[in-house]
Amino acid sequence: MILSNLPVLQVIIPLLAAPICALFPANRIAPIFTAIITFITLVIALTLASNTLETGSISYPMGGWKPPFGIEYNVDLLSSFILVLVSAVGFFSSIYAFKSVDAEIPRSKQPLFYSMFLLCFAGLLGITITNDAFNIYVFLEISSLATYALIAMGKDRRALLASLEYLILGTIGATFILIAVGFLYMMTGSLNISDIALRMPSLSDSIPVKAALAFFTIGLALKIAIFPLHLWLTNSYTNAPSFVSTFLSATATKVGIYVLIRVLFSLFGYEFSFKNLGLDKIVIVLGVFAIIIGAIAAVFQNNLKRLLAYSSVSQVGYIILGIGIASQTGLTASLIHVYGHALAKAALFMAAGCIMLQMGGVRLNKLQGVARKMPITMALFVISGLSLIGVPGTAGFISKWYLLQAAFEQQMWFIFAVIIFGSLLAVIYIWKIVEIAYFSKNLTDTRNVTEAPLLMLLPMAFLVLLTIIFGFYTQPIVGFASNTAEYLFNLSN
Amino acid sequence: MLDSYNYWISIVLMMIGFFGVIASGNLVKKMMGLAIFQVSVLLFYVSVGNVKNGAVPILIDGIDKYSNPIPHVLMLTAIVVGVAVMAVGLAIIVRIKEEYGTIEEDEILGLDSESNKKEQE
Repeated sequence: MILSNLPVLQVIIPLLAAPICALFPANRIAPIFTAIITFITLVIALTLASNTLETGSISYPMGGWKPPFGIEYNVDLLSSFILVLVSAVGFFSSIYAFKSVDAEIPRSKQPLFYSMFLLCFAGLLGITITNDAFNIYVFLEISSLATYALIAMGKDRRALLASLEYLILGTIGATFILIAVGFLYMMTGSLNISDIALRMPSLSDSIPVKAALAFFTIGLALKIAIFPLHLWLTNSYTNAPSFVSTFLSATATKVGIYVLIRVLFSLFGYEFSFKNLGLDKIVIVLGVFAIIIGAIAAVFQNNLKRLLAYSSVSQVGYIILGIGIASQTGLTASLIHVYGHALAKAALFMAAGCIMLQMGGVRLNKLQGVARKMPITMALFVISGLSLIGVPGTAGFISKWYLLQAAFEQQMWFIFAVIIFGSLLAVIYIWKIVEIAYFSKNLTDTRNVTEAPLLMLLPMAFLVLLTIIFGFYTQPIVGFASNTAEYLFNLSN
Repeated sequence: MLDSYNYWISIVLMMIGFFGVIASGNLVKKMMGLAIFQVSVLLFYVSVGNVKNGAVPILIDGIDKYSNPIPHVLMLTAIVVGVAVMAVGLAIIVRIKEEYGTIEEDEILGLDSESNKKEQE
């Protein structure tokens, strides 16, 4: 009975755990409970992924109401790919949170903090698993509202302003998505994604459908932080608590990218979005701008977390570029980079959180020589940085390789050059940190700085280990990604 | 063109709200603009569901032509989301007032740039 209800349990368990967590007293029960719930969610996600690989898509009608009259949860290859990612990052972050949250959030507020995290987690899982367009909006708002509250808990008072800025921009984005769903409902009379996709071919020429695609793209561009609409991301990730930055950097934008892929491929169909409207050219241009401008801005930052945030903008540019190349290899490269970037960026933000905990700040000019006092943290940081650059032996190399292959197949030489140039820029900003940490003279702070606690090092080490493993034993990620890309391209045919 | 005045009003409301968000200096006025922006979508959806000469979608004996109830249901959800967004936003503004002492955006940015300059040293 449990096995057949797994799709709904995936979302219900964290959703119900959130108010229970809010009722706990201000002791260690809340983080332990969060870790247990995220672990259960991870197990469910892995089970669903293995079931989907064997038997194909799993469809779960809520309450027994058959689609398209009821809301349907659908676990197919793309959904299970992202579900496993979000659950795994949630689990590792909540282990990391044991020591990290203590330093930044007073004990009395921690149960409410963890309950917000579980709500955000449930919202992100719900976005991934649902097959109903309006349900995407509802879960998007659930996760976004929890995110605004989480970011506002940062120690610095600028976190409040960053959270309000994200609230305003995020709500405008979500409202655009709501308008898009309204246009789709107006033209097709249905809210179920598969049902709308069936009716789409006869509607290719109608203006509301084209307007729906435009509104969807802009709303999602705000959530994914594609180049001109990325300003909320740098302020939010810099000022949020370290645990929140870690979790959000690896999941929030990735789930947004999932919705973009779902909308472009499952809902509108690849023919309509790319061939008829030329969306691929726009996406490629935005991706190129994001890569270059994000990386250049990262080079000039003095704050470690803000540097990593601009690096996130740049890496999301790569993923968007892969989608814009609009071939099976390009989509495979995007999906691999979703994983590669999530693993690398989560580990990098965890390292920044360790440095924040031990050193009290993340200003680069105060961190000289930190690698002598915190060798393990900086070593893990460097390996994740190598994954961002795309050095062979890390997961980042695999995704860059596939991206270059996709650009080569389509004979887009300018894109080829941009990808390589972006990697060189990444070398510059990673080297900047390495130079300050390893090769600078004495530590300017005379504090007694030791290595980070084991509970914070373990999840970071595990993520870095996964990065290295997926750099050599590429079959799990690459196989999954190419199967998913093939499945998505076949959906439209 | 003049028949679909509902949609025109919805767009006008949306732009009024959007202008309020962008152009206001006061944070509470920004939130009001955001609320107007969200409400315009409610009008849009309910207009979509309207059936000519259809009654309000409440089951009454003797009437067999109703407007589509689904957009109404969807918009109940959207109203709740709007209320939650306002609540979170105003809570953050209360905290901003506690920390900064003001809710005018230019004053807050001025205070921030001072602390930014101090940090760069």
